[in-house]
Amino acid sequence: MIIAEGKPIQDILTMIEGFSKIIVAGCKGCVTVCSTGGEKEVGILASALRLARQVQGKSLEIKEVTLERQCDVEYLEPMREYADQYQAILSLACGAGIQFVAEKFRQHPVLPAVDTKFIGVTEEQGVWTERCQACGDCVLDRTGGICPVSRCSKSIFNGPCGGSKKGKCEIDPEVDCGWQLIYDRLRELGQLAKLETILPVKDWSRSRDGGPRKRIREDLKT
Amino acid sequence: MEAFEPKIVAFCCHFCAYTAADLAGTMRLQYPANIRIIRIPCTGKVDVRILLESFEKGADGVYVAGCLEGDCHYLKGNLRAKKRVNLAKRILEDTGIGGERLEMYNMSAAMGPRFAEVAREMTEKIRKLGPSPAKKAECRAQSAERKENNRPTQSAELRAPRAKSVEAREERQA
Repeated sequence: MIIAEGKPIQDILTMIEGFSKIIVAGCKGCVTVCSTGGEKEVGILASALRLARQVQGKSLEIKEVTLERQCDVEYLEPMREYADQYQAILSLACGAGIQFVAEKFRQHPVLPAVDTKFIGVTEEQGVWTERCQACGDCVLDRTGGICPVSRCSKSIFNGPCGGSKKGKCEIDPEVDCGWQLIYDRLRELGQLAKLETILPVKDWSRSRDGGPRKRIREDLKT
Repeated sequence: MEAFEPKIVAFCCHFCAYTAADLAGTMRLQYPANIRIIRIPCTGKVDVRILLESFEKGADGVYVAGCLEGDCHYLKGNLRAKKRVNLAKRILEDTGIGGERLEMYNMSAAMGPRFAEVAREMTEKIRKLGPSPAKKAECRAQSAERKENNRPTQSAELRAPRAKSVEAREERQA
């Protein structure tokens, strides 16, 4: 899922300065699962913003809403019924959701209430870690299911580098060396021989090299 | 000006603090009438939103009273509440209300005197801090509005002759 993190309240207050009626829109997708932008977080943020405005002696009317998803147009439509009554939309969705709302609600300033961080997993309750950088050319079959692009700090292939020490990365003693993880996993699988095959230079043209990416499935298109 | 009497909301766990409050009553212990007790099944039920909403709705102080650590009826509810209270304190700090207006206390059902002590402690603390900044701003706005309404303003005087001239024009047009 996409992992995000709430922006500091002061930053959000600066963003919404000048508005007295706003929509605070959450998303029931990834940001709900990573406890950043679901119904509960919408409630907490709305309450905090109202309180901050009360302290300033200014009013703030908030419509709290949590959409099924903000990255699909059909779930944005219900917001049209009341959007005209509000001056701005503060979205707690990931960067994709926020942009899609901005695209579909052209009369409204659409503001981000979260910083989108990475594609990751829930390692334990309250702990999320990165697993994928969406490089567009998966090599997990060759690396024991551990991604050298996202788990190695240098994203190198055919690692580890000289900075790997006792299984940890030189950038931080808390960070596992991605290539140590790959080695250990392949050993568990009895596939150490795979390491003898040199991985070719990565084709980054399938990543961000070609600008914004697009995927089309002709059989599904209307 | 009237002496400030704080409004304090106490979220009390059914298994400890709420029973301790009962005991304080049975023991005929005196504690300030500023405390509004809300019984909850466990402090683990307390959510950051409820804490913030209490301040939104006019509380000057809020506290959560749960079982002694390690004694939660649901094992970890009070430990979860502690973390949530800490988060809510940070948010209150950011909003300008002040994190010190929210506290977490632990007590057992047998600690009636401690319940009364906590009620007194919290009331005194909030009394010293004064009314919630949210309410202060509201009072400022209201008093400014009152002053504005009572004062015979220059603009009101200016409006009168203009109204007359408008009337005169309307008469001419008629």
